[in-house]
Amino acid sequence: MDGNMISNLIQIKEQELAARKKIVLRCCMAAGCMSLDAKGVREQLEKAVAEAGLQNEVEVRGVGCMRLCCEGPLVAADPQNTLNIKVTTKNAPSIIAALRDGKTEVSRTDPNSSFFTKQLSIVLANSGVINPERIESYIAADGYHALHEVLHEMTPREAVEALVKSGLRGRGGAGFPTGLKWGTVAKSPGAKKYVICNADEGDPGAFMDRSVLESDPHAVLEGMAIAAYAVGADQGFIYVRAEYPLAIARLQIAIKQAKQLGLLGSGIFESPFNFNVDIRIGAGAFVCGEETALMASVEGKRGTPRPRPPFPAESGLWGSPTLINNVETFANVPPIYRNGADWFAGIGTEKSKGTKVFALAGKIRNTGLIEVPMGTPLRVIVEDMGGGAPDGGKIKAIQTGGPSGGCIPAQYLDTPVDYESLGKLGSIMGSGGMIVMDDTTNMVEIARFFMEFCMDESCGKCVPCRAGTVQMHHLLNNIANRRATARDLAKLEELCDMVKHTSLCGLGQTAPNPVLSTLRFFRNEYEELLQPDPFGPPSNGEVKKQTAAMH
Amino acid sequence: MAAKTLTINGKQISAEEGATILQAAEEAGVKIPTLCHLDGVYDVGACRLCLVEVTGVPKLLPACTTKVSEGMEIKTDSEQLQKYRRLTLELLFAERNHVCAVCVANGHCELQTLAYSQGMDHVRYDYCFPKWGVDNTHRLFGMDHNRCILCTRCVRVCWHIEGAGTKNVAGRGSKAKIITDLNMPWGESGSCTNCGKCVQSCPTGALFYKGSTVAEMERDRSRLEFIVTAREKKLWVASD
Amino acid sequence: MSFLDLDEFLIELAQKVEIVFSPVVDVKEYPRDVDVCLIEGAICNEDHVEMVHKIRKYTKTVVSFGDCAVTGNVTAIRNQLGLGNRENVLQRAYVEAAQLNPCVPEDKGIVPPLLERVMPVHEMVYVDYYLPGCPPPAARIKSFVTQLLEGKELHLAGAEIKFG
Repeated sequence: MDGNMISNLIQIKEQELAARKKIVLRCCMAAGCMSLDAKGVREQLEKAVAEAGLQNEVEVRGVGCMRLCCEGPLVAADPQNTLNIKVTTKNAPSIIAALRDGKTEVSRTDPNSSFFTKQLSIVLANSGVINPERIESYIAADGYHALHEVLHEMTPREAVEALVKSGLRGRGGAGFPTGLKWGTVAKSPGAKKYVICNADEGDPGAFMDRSVLESDPHAVLEGMAIAAYAVGADQGFIYVRAEYPLAIARLQIAIKQAKQLGLLGSGIFESPFNFNVDIRIGAGAFVCGEETALMASVEGKRGTPRPRPPFPAESGLWGSPTLINNVETFANVPPIYRNGADWFAGIGTEKSKGTKVFALAGKIRNTGLIEVPMGTPLRVIVEDMGGGAPDGGKIKAIQTGGPSGGCIPAQYLDTPVDYESLGKLGSIMGSGGMIVMDDTTNMVEIARFFMEFCMDESCGKCVPCRAGTVQMHHLLNNIANRRATARDLAKLEELCDMVKHTSLCGLGQTAPNPVLSTLRFFRNEYEELLQPDPFGPPSNGEVKKQTAAMH
Repeated sequence: MAAKTLTINGKQISAEEGATILQAAEEAGVKIPTLCHLDGVYDVGACRLCLVEVTGVPKLLPACTTKVSEGMEIKTDSEQLQKYRRLTLELLFAERNHVCAVCVANGHCELQTLAYSQGMDHVRYDYCFPKWGVDNTHRLFGMDHNRCILCTRCVRVCWHIEGAGTKNVAGRGSKAKIITDLNMPWGESGSCTNCGKCVQSCPTGALFYKGSTVAEMERDRSRLEFIVTAREKKLWVASD
Repeated sequence: MSFLDLDEFLIELAQKVEIVFSPVVDVKEYPRDVDVCLIEGAICNEDHVEMVHKIRKYTKTVVSFGDCAVTGNVTAIRNQLGLGNRENVLQRAYVEAAQLNPCVPEDKGIVPPLLERVMPVHEMVYVDYYLPGCPPPAARIKSFVTQLLEGKELHLAGAEIKFG
């Protein structure tokens, strides 16, 4: 493409809008629905449209995640504003017939229910709307306009300042101010700099990043390109886990299309800015989500973390300053520049701006993907949107942050979702996994499950994580199997403290969190399992000095 | 090079810019326990024994990889640190099969020495008793995985000093293992130069000269030092 | 045996303590109200379990004496064979290694049933003091016993608690 690039973008947008048909059937083509033959549904719908002779009126569009994953495959009809659920290939003719008379035997759900209306879509704005495999579809939704504006209207420094002003914080879990990180990389001296997108989402029950990549890959690419311009990088890597083949395929398509249109590569938008993106595929290690391990893996080395400092912003990939952000963080970037930092800063709470995407799972009626403004109370999420526990159960706790997070008991349901509030309760925002537990859930089992996960995923480099998780798991096993005494519980707590404070990377430092948080709120469940200790230390507290420190 | 002034355990010292806390402490006569650290090869900060407290930093920092900075206040022996060190050692002893009484390195073992110098008189955690084998296929050396603590000193000397790249780590977590080449018997390794630096570097009885029996495996680190000095300072002289 | 290396200190010691139970004292039942018990060896069969519980019950100060008691040491190497190794161990000892009448003694009261796993003393009962060493050298025993007799807070440090 040559000539004035922005006019080409506008031209593509206009063509795309002009070609739009009267009726659009949006078929979810994200991994959840695909596993239930959404592809077959889409093919049958296309066939049914052809058979009804409606090719000129009806577009069957494969789109990304439409959120209500538990009811998939989902098919929405515009402008009828209907949402068909649990669609099978046999339902296709009925759905097409319903476009005429509105009657159908296919189950539907109310698109105006709280699950949908309480959401605020920034990251997922295009998800379920555009076709993720067509760049034109993204451009028609104002895609790549922000990149153009940043390249032509802003200096890199202004670009960083805008992000600082937006108040965006890292969506990977820790919530580090993104603008500050960009500024550090921008200021770090070095001729070569890198931008990395961390798409190694590994928490059990978390699928936010996968959905974003499958539903709107160009938003991530555009965010990365803006970041690269702001920090002065010319090479980007997306590190995706191999377990996300669909996300990888759509990223590959997206990169190819962006290159063809000159939106990636050399001299983007006729500016001196060059930026290329390559995909690196993970080999199944959870620890590679840790930034230093991830970088080692990108470099082709064994994916193990190294001590920080130096932080990647000073010395990252091959020793060069490197910016690492998570998928959702990058996906937030184009809307921020499109709508302005003030707009973004006006959403959310004082310290947590914008929205957060959560993967709602577990013992809850509506499972799926939600995006809510920061500060939304947990109760709104699980009761109004999630519909509460199924089968008349009672919600007992909510687990956030996966194996690094904690369990928040039901009495704290009015806690607003933001970095600080969740932290105060001993949990973390995390990347967005939210697992709801009802009163049938055994909290010791939960702790044991997450500990087993950390034990299996420990890379083995540092002693506290490698050997400590094994011992903590062993102790949890003994407690769960009623083979432990109060002394064992004390040993477990001591180990939690030690592993938390001495491990090399985030995996080990947070591995004890599920135990600590369940102990904090559900200690009785542990104590009920303990056995008497008749041959233990004297109960009058007369423990001898030499061993006092050891017991 | 500019000097930095800092305090270690309340004592004011100065250190060269770019020096690690460990180097600064050593120069000032403050002993910080180490296990994965080996003079002459790069540090990895893996054993966590050299963790120290630095005022103003919420996390404990490994002395071997953390560089000194102006005005740093470092504590190396707080009660907390001593407790963590003892726990780390207990975890190591419980992890694999360390039977000091019948070990080639008995009396010359850094793990054993650290255990008693840190006051570890017993291990409170259940021993794991994993099943690990012994690789006796090499003509000169043996590798007993039961006694390996995965400090990766052997890997680092093999890559960094010898440049052969024979030793490596495979697997993860408690199943991590030191391997030769692509996980083949040591004796069949095509890249091993039989230099024996790995044997000299091993802190425990995991690597040994064949034929050595209980308590016979003494290391001569000056041999490693000689090569490092020769390469880095271009001085081809033995240190003594 | 290492205890015998105490040589003339044994005579001094004999004047201060009464040995009420030991392999060299002809008493079958563990007595009550014992002040100090030095336990040698790991816990590996059901007799040991019974005995160690009895010792803890009737003794003021229990000492894990030597590496086998403290760590399991060589006697615990059988644990590396995995759980359920009892049969293999007996097979090896009484059948494969036997020169005469190879058979596993099955009658009750001959060989006490082995535990699934050999364990150090403190895994079973609370231990007041640890005296590692294989064997603990005489000087170490002397230092320990002297401190104990003086009724001071015991303090063993450095090489006095060296394993092996």
